[in-house]
Amino acid sequence: MTTRITVDPITRIEGHLRIDVEVDDGKVTKAWSSGQMWRGIEQILVGRDPREAWTYTQRFCGVCTTVHAITSVRAVENALNLEVPVNAQLIRNIIQTAHAIQDHIVHFYHLSAVDWVDVVSALDADPVATSKLAESLSDWSLNGPHEMKAVQDRLKTFVGSGQLGPFASGYWGHPAMKLPPEVNLMAVAHYLQALDVQNYANKIVAILGGKTPHIQNVAVGGVSNSISHDAPSVLNIERLMLVKNFIDKLEPFVKSAYLSDVPAIGAFYLDWTTIGGGVNNYLSVPDCPQDSKGTQFDLPGGYIDNADLSSFKPITTFDDKYFRDGVAESSKHAWYKGDKALHPFEGETDPQYTDFQDDGQYSWVKAPTFYGKRAEVGPLADVLVGVATKHEGYSKYLGQAMDTIKAVSKNPDIPLSAVHSTIGRHAARAVRCAVMIDTLKDQWQKLVDNIGTGDLDTFNPPAFPKEEIRGVGFHQAPRGALSHWVVIENGKIKNYQAVVPSTWNAGPRDADGQIGPYEASLLDNPVADPEKPLEVLRTVHSFDPCIACAIHMVDTEQNEIIKVKAL
Amino acid sequence: MNNNRKKILIIGMGNVLMQDEGIGVRAVEELENTYHLPQEVTVIDGGTTGMGLYEPILNCDQLIVADAINTGEPYGTMVRIANDAIPSFFQTKLSNHQLGLSDLLALLTLKGEKPEHVAIIGMVPHSLENKLGLTEEATAGLSAMVEMIVLELSELGVELKERCQCRIGHWRKEASLEVAACV
Repeated sequence: MTTRITVDPITRIEGHLRIDVEVDDGKVTKAWSSGQMWRGIEQILVGRDPREAWTYTQRFCGVCTTVHAITSVRAVENALNLEVPVNAQLIRNIIQTAHAIQDHIVHFYHLSAVDWVDVVSALDADPVATSKLAESLSDWSLNGPHEMKAVQDRLKTFVGSGQLGPFASGYWGHPAMKLPPEVNLMAVAHYLQALDVQNYANKIVAILGGKTPHIQNVAVGGVSNSISHDAPSVLNIERLMLVKNFIDKLEPFVKSAYLSDVPAIGAFYLDWTTIGGGVNNYLSVPDCPQDSKGTQFDLPGGYIDNADLSSFKPITTFDDKYFRDGVAESSKHAWYKGDKALHPFEGETDPQYTDFQDDGQYSWVKAPTFYGKRAEVGPLADVLVGVATKHEGYSKYLGQAMDTIKAVSKNPDIPLSAVHSTIGRHAARAVRCAVMIDTLKDQWQKLVDNIGTGDLDTFNPPAFPKEEIRGVGFHQAPRGALSHWVVIENGKIKNYQAVVPSTWNAGPRDADGQIGPYEASLLDNPVADPEKPLEVLRTVHSFDPCIACAIHMVDTEQNEIIKVKAL
Repeated sequence: MNNNRKKILIIGMGNVLMQDEGIGVRAVEELENTYHLPQEVTVIDGGTTGMGLYEPILNCDQLIVADAINTGEPYGTMVRIANDAIPSFFQTKLSNHQLGLSDLLALLTLKGEKPEHVAIIGMVPHSLENKLGLTEEATAGLSAMVEMIVLELSELGVELKERCQCRIGHWRKEASLEVAACV
């Protein structure tokens, strides 16, 4: 018997996403991913000064503000062929890396963990046993029995008040919840500690970016931070030491707690290391430019076909032709006019709303392709590209995560291919987060060293020609490859398209009818209870969806409850 | 300045690129540009963020949030929800941002660090198109929303003095340029 399940909206994500699946014999046989919100924010940019575009793009989304600011100035700089002083590259690198660390921590602990962790079950845990378990996994300093007891007491009061807040949408007691009470309590303790830890990363962004939530220091041609060795009001040694202080505070949590929590939890969900693989093609863009031209990068990028690391093709510069020529977006199954896949410079956004049509149009998100193929972007792609290029950090931390899951599950035979899965995506994010810590330290040291040589440059002024110019800016954002495509004429924006990571992953079927990464990853997922499709949420959440609509409004009308319809 | 004064945080929430969705941000911008604010009052343009507001909220004693609120009442209705009414308001209702303000407040409650006073002041929006400018109706209601914030502050013991000359804020200026460009 076929059961159709509609989950609308998917909760604990940014934006409005609807997922439909058909379930046969307890397994998903067909899936549809549908963005439920029209995103035409780019239209606001047409006719504006390209130097100001970033102040608007950072309002695309409430999570990825910094990400869209930096990518926007890169796109305009690329169009102008404008070099960016090394200090400016490094300052941007520090900001974006700190942001990535904050984003990964929040995604796992605050948005996804409750898919795996039964918060209510943590009340039954023995705090002393919890502490012992946690201390056997890592040397994180806040794993003591008193800490665990204090967390449990607070949780008791909180649950007793009947106000579950962020836990209210969890599926307590669901048969797919497998963790022992002690692992649940450990996860809740780290959930609360992670709140303070993520804030250290936020402070780094604020110190260099002028303020958060919206940074102020980005400019086409560099950054607006003035550097001085000793002047009090600018970027000086004292402020740089403050940044270093917060980097040092981030490191123990990420490398001890986060990097061991994910594989340890994964060890209790080994079946989920074989479920949830996507389209198996992976795309990542290089990042952390080291030179003014953007030809040397600390983080590698490239494309991997059909999960075969030997197929890896690199993307090497901000001007990379292989990347620039390979991207197209199809709206055959999206609510726009036209069937043909178009390059972003030629991108059109003429809405044509139908209804939700299984074989026709069913999403506001377009379907991007890379040389005609669907590709997954995000930490899993970044980690695989890291391994393919023999990047030291990626190989090291992935090895560490594999060792933990093997040890906790007492199963030494888990293959590396287990990363192509729902748990694999979470593990890859933890691995990437550990790499980001090392990258952050490295970029900070390089900035200090470069300033030490007497180089205080942070800005090259842009000049716009009359004729039409085109540029692409990209960024290895926390959710994956992000690119902004800009066409400028006479110093004004003529066309602007943002191909965001969740477009790559959440897109509907493309011009050739190929399914997208979310859709592919849901196939063969078990669904124990069609009324409580926790398994669907697990796989979709593993991508860290961000539908970039950035509506904040408190809505008491349309979203009374999550609609789960089983027909 | 008396250091014993309670620290008050005012956050304007919303997306300024989506018309009335940005009313909260526009309201706190008007507040800052119309009145002199004492040192103990901090104003933040929160945009559509969530976790980025963790530290400012952690560090305040009393919190006022200005936001667009869809209660199902007629467009333009002014709304005030405070303290104990907030959790029950959010209980079965989801904000579009799953880790938004309500979750943040719940997490702070769980940590035992919630502000002693929380009030949400809002307006039911008319239109959420991709534009900077507010609708006419929301523009008309903007000053009423500002006055509600002033009243809230007054109840917290803070009386504001008007600026001799009202300044024009960034988003108001940008929105007026957009209108000019359309003509």
